[in-house]
Amino acid sequence: MNGDRVIKALLFISSLIILLLSAGIVLSLTGGAIPAFREYGPGFITSTVWNPTSGSEEYGAMPFIAGTVITSILALIICIPMAFSTSLFIAEYYRGTRTANILRSLIDLLAGIPSIVYGFWGFYALRPLLISTGLTDQGFGVFTASLVLAIMIVPYATSLSAEIISMVPAELKEAAFSLGATRREVIFNVVIPSARSGIVASFILALGRALGETMAVTMLIGNANLIPKGLFAPGNTMASVIANQFGEADGLKMSALIAIGLLLFVITAIVNAAGKMIIKRFA
Amino acid sequence: MKKQIFLLLAIVALIAASCGSGGQKTGKEKQVTLSAAGATFPQPFYNLAFKKYNEEGGPVINYGGIGSGGGIKSLRDKVVDFGATDAYLSDIEMSEMPGEVVHIPTCIGAVVIAYNLPGVTGLKLTPDLLEGIFLGKITKWNDSKIAGVNPGITLPDMNITVVYRSDGSGTTYIFSDYMSKVSQAWNETLGRGKALNWPVGIGAKGNPGVSGTISQSQGTIGYIGFEYAFAQKISMAQVMNQAGNFIEPTLASFTAAADAEMPADTRVMITNSSSPEAYPISSFTWIIMYRDQAYGGRSLAAAEATVNAVSWLIGEKGQAIAMSVNYAPLPKKAAEKAALVLKSITFESRPVLK
Repeated sequence: MNGDRVIKALLFISSLIILLLSAGIVLSLTGGAIPAFREYGPGFITSTVWNPTSGSEEYGAMPFIAGTVITSILALIICIPMAFSTSLFIAEYYRGTRTANILRSLIDLLAGIPSIVYGFWGFYALRPLLISTGLTDQGFGVFTASLVLAIMIVPYATSLSAEIISMVPAELKEAAFSLGATRREVIFNVVIPSARSGIVASFILALGRALGETMAVTMLIGNANLIPKGLFAPGNTMASVIANQFGEADGLKMSALIAIGLLLFVITAIVNAAGKMIIKRFA
Repeated sequence: MKKQIFLLLAIVALIAASCGSGGQKTGKEKQVTLSAAGATFPQPFYNLAFKKYNEEGGPVINYGGIGSGGGIKSLRDKVVDFGATDAYLSDIEMSEMPGEVVHIPTCIGAVVIAYNLPGVTGLKLTPDLLEGIFLGKITKWNDSKIAGVNPGITLPDMNITVVYRSDGSGTTYIFSDYMSKVSQAWNETLGRGKALNWPVGIGAKGNPGVSGTISQSQGTIGYIGFEYAFAQKISMAQVMNQAGNFIEPTLASFTAAADAEMPADTRVMITNSSSPEAYPISSFTWIIMYRDQAYGGRSLAAAEATVNAVSWLIGEKGQAIAMSVNYAPLPKKAAEKAALVLKSITFESRPVLK
């Protein structure tokens, strides 16, 4: 049939376009980053100075790499207990009940809230709360950003983990029950061990999301282009510095920003690949 | 199947063709539309003025507030009819443009030192205090140095949080230009520029971002365009000028800063003015365009519309609008210089302005 061939060709072309697009992005990022790497060499990655004043221009990516890694990891640490317990609740303890369904829809709703709204909430609601604890003067900084990031990635980690926990074969659990295991014993000795790699992968994918988050972070982290001096000190992330500074950038500064974009692309790709590899081993 | 796809393609092609020809026709018949981009600092003024100009029968002018650097870049790439910037082009920048660029000052704006301290108004600051605060040497509001300049004001025992622009900005340029003139330590460390390597404080995006952060958090201090502080009713400090007077930011004190001699090309910074009544962090803001308007296939109509609009902007009506949104109008001498620059703009060697 001709129709089949046409459809096949159309599908092939559209997937080819996606492939070309990704290749094009990598290519143009690399091309744009060349001047920065030519100027500073690999030292660009480790340098902690970001000085855009003309005459004494010097660019280094370390403050932003540090800010990105610290906020993302911190967000992940805060996210793990929340997401892990919620996914157990949905997929095991209250599996198939109305409560679990409502909870699941609420979590999906969280995933749909735009980043700027989280930033807004952080700015007007969370920040005053943190100031009232007396730990910080203005509430801007790494910790505030991480806290909001954690809430933003909980839905991704939760729904994936819940999916994987519910995929644990019923026969395994029934066997354990028939041997006289309690529910708690079944969960911790059967369900979690067999879903372990999938759960880990879901957290790694959530980490990947945290790495690239921009808007909410830039509203709360304080945008200081320095390596954060403490948990409540301001810093900046890779995505946030690009969003802030590309408008007025040209020449070497533009190239430095593109190079940061490329580094972020590489870091995110590595994290996602790691997540996929773990899922594959599980499947 | 094949036939259907051909039919679909034919329809798509037809629609595309008809759209194309239709667009060309209306483009010629309709009035010209101008596009401009640049500084956010004078954006409230330009937006209102261009709207009024359109209501009076002028062309539609779309102004994009993308920052001074973006305005210069857009003009260099010839994607706008004119650009706008708070920092005039340096000689090097001028030489990098594909054609000769002229500057037309449109109004005077000022950068104010805004702060949020519960119960404190009428704060006075000297250049030394500004240097100390923004370089992180003075970290407490009740520091004896601040108290010494402000007798009669009870300063709270709070940490100072400096708020600066996280994006590149003409506002930062004007402020750092002033600080570089009055502080050697500043000049040697931060220098002047649209973005700086700040040692302390937190960054926020745009004038709205900085003013929002200051109005929302106590103990903060930062620099913003006057009209933003005015509109949001944020406290502004009096700054000591070169003559040693503490000057309140007002339209009159901005105008006083502009009484210095202006060169024919209008490129002059008026920060740290020697005039005794002048607010020291004032600056002109400029519209930039090519002296020869016959470039890139532009029509004479577009060139005329551009020059007429700017001429209207620096004329009586435009300047009245500037005052209504809290920018100081051009002093007489500056307005004359600006008009001369406009007259020098040509299209195929003939002056555009009649």
